[in-house]
Amino acid sequence: MIAHSVFFYIFSLIAIVSAVMVTVSKNTVHSVFFLILDFISISCLFIMIGAEFLGMIMLIVYVGAVAVLFLFVVMMLNVAEQKGQWFSSRWDGGTHIPVGLLVSLIIFFELIIVIGGWKYKPDLLNSLSINISTEVTNTRSIGNVLYTDYILLFQISGMILLVAMIGAIVLTYRERAGVKRQSYVKQISRERDEGVDLVEAERNKGVKIDA
Amino acid sequence: MLSIGLGHYLTLAAIIFTIGVVGIFLNRKNVIVILMSIELILLAVNINLVSFSIFINDLSGQIFTLFILTVAAAEAAIGLAIIVVYFRNSDTIRVEEIKDLKG
Repeated sequence: MIAHSVFFYIFSLIAIVSAVMVTVSKNTVHSVFFLILDFISISCLFIMIGAEFLGMIMLIVYVGAVAVLFLFVVMMLNVAEQKGQWFSSRWDGGTHIPVGLLVSLIIFFELIIVIGGWKYKPDLLNSLSINISTEVTNTRSIGNVLYTDYILLFQISGMILLVAMIGAIVLTYRERAGVKRQSYVKQISRERDEGVDLVEAERNKGVKIDA
Repeated sequence: MLSIGLGHYLTLAAIIFTIGVVGIFLNRKNVIVILMSIELILLAVNINLVSFSIFINDLSGQIFTLFILTVAAAEAAIGLAIIVVYFRNSDTIRVEEIKDLKG
């Protein structure tokens, strides 16, 4: 129990500090690094609390794919070092910093009030449908549910990924001039008449093929 | 203090959520940091779902976390593609200088 709480405080402290660093770092590359640290500590928390499949998936998806994508874009666009940040030197008298801080503080206190004041509906614990069994592993129980009860949502999420992939390709595709490429339609729709030219050759004279 | 309950995890999620919101509100650098703040907010939501799922012993929360993960990955990919296109067209992604939508 002691070890659980000690590790919880360590991981959550690292997560909170790195989340702050994500927003305040001057260098965007540093922000991405702190985002990676944040995801890693949260996935440690997930593994510790007993959702080990989700913890590992978080590591694979976020650290392995999303954060690397961010890093790739930051480095490709060459926007890593940006002058001026919030609380910046050339604060042009805009009101967005105090108003933003006020609104976020209010949001935070509302969340804290909700966390402090809620309780379960009395018959909630009896009405649950999918109990976590202690006999099979977390991965196995998720698989049991995901491919049976939630199969439609699973397939729709696959469609979402497909649409995102196609959308990203379509958005960033750019037609370049002067690049020779193969046109299947043109190749297949070519007929014999346009491709072959029969020339009557005279005897003892060559055939002049004009260009 | 020593026994970690549901409230601890919810408070952690609330703190991370608020940091993400602050990052969106106060950002003046580039849009990529705003996307990262959105990822932080989705992470806080995931913490909420997983901790509820563990503490009331119901698996559905973890399934929904999986779907949120999928949507977050798709959103990051699309958002970064839009940023790349915008940078290609106007050579900047500073929040102050993005005015094309006249917002």
